[in-house]
Amino acid sequence: MGSERTNLLKFLLFSGSVLVAPVLFSGGYLMNVLVFVGINTMLAVALNLLLGYAGQISLGQAAFFGLGAYISGVATATYGLNPWAAMGCAAAIVGLIAFAIGFPILKLKGHYLAMATLGFGIIVYIAFNETVELTGGPSGLTGIPYFTAGTVQFDSDMKNYYLIWGFALMTILLSVNLVNSRIGRALRAIHDSEVAARVMGVNARLLKVQIFTLSAVISSVAGSLYAHTMTFISPASFGFNFSVELLTMVVIGGLGSVYGSFLGAALLTLLPEFLRTFQDYDIVAYGLLLILMTMYMPGGLVRIPSFVSPILAKIKAGVGKHA
Amino acid sequence: MSHQILQYILSGLSTGAIYSLIGIGFAIIYNSTGIINFAQGEFVMLGGIMTWFFLSVFQLPLIAAMVLAIALSTAVGVLFERLTIRPLRNASPLILVIITIGASILIRGMAMLIWGKDTHSLPMFTGSEPLTVAGATLLPQHLWIFGITLFIIAVNRFYFHHSISGKAMRACSHNRRAAGLVGIDVKRMVLFSFAISSALGSVAGIITAPLTMTSYDVGIMLGLKGFCAAIIGGMSSGIATVVGGLLLGVLESLGAGMVSSGYKDAIAFIILLLILVIRPQGLFKKAETERV
Amino acid sequence: MLRVEGITQVFGGVTALRDVSFSVAEGEIKGVIGPNGAGKTTLFNIITGIYRQTAGDVFLENKIVTSFQPEKLALRGMVRTFQNVELFGAMTVMENVMVGLHTKSRCGILSSCLKLPSHLREERHILEKAMTCLDFVGLAEDASLVAGNLPFGKGRMLEIARAMALEPRIILLDEPAAGLNSRETAELGALIRKIRGSGVTVVLVEHDMELVMDICDTILVLNLGQRLAEGTPREIQENPAVIAAYLGEG
Repeated sequence: MGSERTNLLKFLLFSGSVLVAPVLFSGGYLMNVLVFVGINTMLAVALNLLLGYAGQISLGQAAFFGLGAYISGVATATYGLNPWAAMGCAAAIVGLIAFAIGFPILKLKGHYLAMATLGFGIIVYIAFNETVELTGGPSGLTGIPYFTAGTVQFDSDMKNYYLIWGFALMTILLSVNLVNSRIGRALRAIHDSEVAARVMGVNARLLKVQIFTLSAVISSVAGSLYAHTMTFISPASFGFNFSVELLTMVVIGGLGSVYGSFLGAALLTLLPEFLRTFQDYDIVAYGLLLILMTMYMPGGLVRIPSFVSPILAKIKAGVGKHA
Repeated sequence: MSHQILQYILSGLSTGAIYSLIGIGFAIIYNSTGIINFAQGEFVMLGGIMTWFFLSVFQLPLIAAMVLAIALSTAVGVLFERLTIRPLRNASPLILVIITIGASILIRGMAMLIWGKDTHSLPMFTGSEPLTVAGATLLPQHLWIFGITLFIIAVNRFYFHHSISGKAMRACSHNRRAAGLVGIDVKRMVLFSFAISSALGSVAGIITAPLTMTSYDVGIMLGLKGFCAAIIGGMSSGIATVVGGLLLGVLESLGAGMVSSGYKDAIAFIILLLILVIRPQGLFKKAETERV
Repeated sequence: MLRVEGITQVFGGVTALRDVSFSVAEGEIKGVIGPNGAGKTTLFNIITGIYRQTAGDVFLENKIVTSFQPEKLALRGMVRTFQNVELFGAMTVMENVMVGLHTKSRCGILSSCLKLPSHLREERHILEKAMTCLDFVGLAEDASLVAGNLPFGKGRMLEIARAMALEPRIILLDEPAAGLNSRETAELGALIRKIRGSGVTVVLVEHDMELVMDICDTILVLNLGQRLAEGTPREIQENPAVIAAYLGEG
């Protein structure tokens, strides 16, 4: 888990790279992609808290993301609420929903939990499509306003980059703190042996619901950010496929690693941009990658250094012997 | 009005029969391996689309096209088990969920590359002259669906209760280690279960395609509905899942007809959630559920 | 301290326990023995709230705690270990014990996320306490190892350290000597005495008769789900029914 100081150092280093990244890619199309990397990082970190630490699967994360986006979108575009206030309202409503459904759903385990969360996600997705008067249905919701702060309007990729990465960095910092606290330890304990954790006085049921709720709230905030930077949303962004994509980000990045989730989010957001040249082959490549990486790299991207360094050390030792 | 309701029930039963077949496929794999195979729906797609392919591109007779499609789908299922599931026998449920999702994406992607994104239709097996039953219309294809489903359920039951390998599979589902100790080749049984369930899926895909058309992406929804059927049936690979599928089909059809067609797909998942939360052991009592 | 009244447990058609009653006095070491299948572990699982019994009640310090969830019993000062060692395998030895201090700390999700000063103070306190507990069982040097990689004997000790971190009033040990060699068993005996010395009541299920006869104040014998005898080690050793049960069962 690393000591206090290395954790802080890691975070500062990471924040620094995030700050200067736009200088390298300024203006280009890539800036827009990096905005998405930020949003997906928030979503992946949120799911990782639930999946990588507490060991509870969710295939319905896209629903919370979508609910955040739609509540924010409808409240501002239709009812003229301020975007910041809308984001707060959305987070509160989504938090309540997650808390309420968390108690019955998180009693389930493994495959059954996966299916229940999947079912919830599909129901919400269908609701986005069918409540046409409210959401605009399959053709989407337009006219969502940008965020504003004083006289500044967040209407360019550059501004939105810093806005969204501000939230993403905050998510990372809070999550790193959380997983290194007594709550984080209790979550990992539940993951390893729920019965022993309970015997140690951990209220496993409540804690699982709380972390499920936290994860939903972060996803909702990410949804609001998405809605107010895109200014247009449609149900297609919040379907089952996106829930699977988020799950993939977390697993490929590395379960139980906050920075791993960033790596996974970055890879899976950038990859389609590169695969685009292959056109229709991208879905095949995506499926193949998902299978191969889970089979041969179950630790995820974040574990590559610890996988490679012994090999490097061996090579070095070998070279030393010959020299 | 009552004719209308009968009509809904009849078409619901035919959709439900399809769900039952897919659900049994889910249950067979689940019971022999503990895996929920998210790729199950893709075999349904493969069955339908390959039959179309052999029929229209190679001009094969219908029956030959069907047999070939079932054989090839089964081969894909076997390949899937050999390449991904067997090497990962001790992986956590999470890893297995992701692997089967990956396989489903891969199979769907390949289908799209090979057969394109268009929707294809299969001819009815025998004529398209509707029959009238108590004021409701029924196509001959509906009868084919009922007949074939019944036949498969009967064969299935005979296999699991009266053949050596069927009994061995049931033994594996009760206790894999004990089954291994008495000399049952558990690995082979797992392979069998993938073969049987992909064959079942492809049959379901073939018999429904003349009514519902087929394309590379029909697998997801059908697969998930099949899973709902299996959950209602308490993951039984016998009659309980069949009843679950029929119940689901009828409720969906009635809901779509009388409430709103837009929410048709939501009905299945609301039922799924209710069952999981209230009766995770399935709608019917454990004693009645035969697990295979 | 602990009183169990008329516990009956039926699984399917099988009666695992039939009308078992006994009590444990404060500060004593109580042994629960019996041939395999006598229902010892089932009894433990019922007392610690993991199974729900068919009938009967459990009292802790004269207050009814029947069917309390394990986490609630932990708050009342009851803790246990497991026959098959249930460690948090992916966490370090130190972190395992720190989870044992869960009930001794307060910080919630919010203050943990924000790293409030109260949280930092508490963390320091938890760390110190955990080290003391590791010292108590002699695992201080292994603090940073991953628990899943510990040798079996040390795993048992860690489980006890983790349980002791709760500062329990009563600790239930499920076959703590199983899988230990004779030197480790002797150390375990000393440790159990030390635990009692610190004012904690001990109940243990155990097959190692030498250990049981050596350290227990009183012993309860179960056979086929029923109470067969109860008394001091000497009384038990001389009880003909007990001898018959052990010889008869092999």
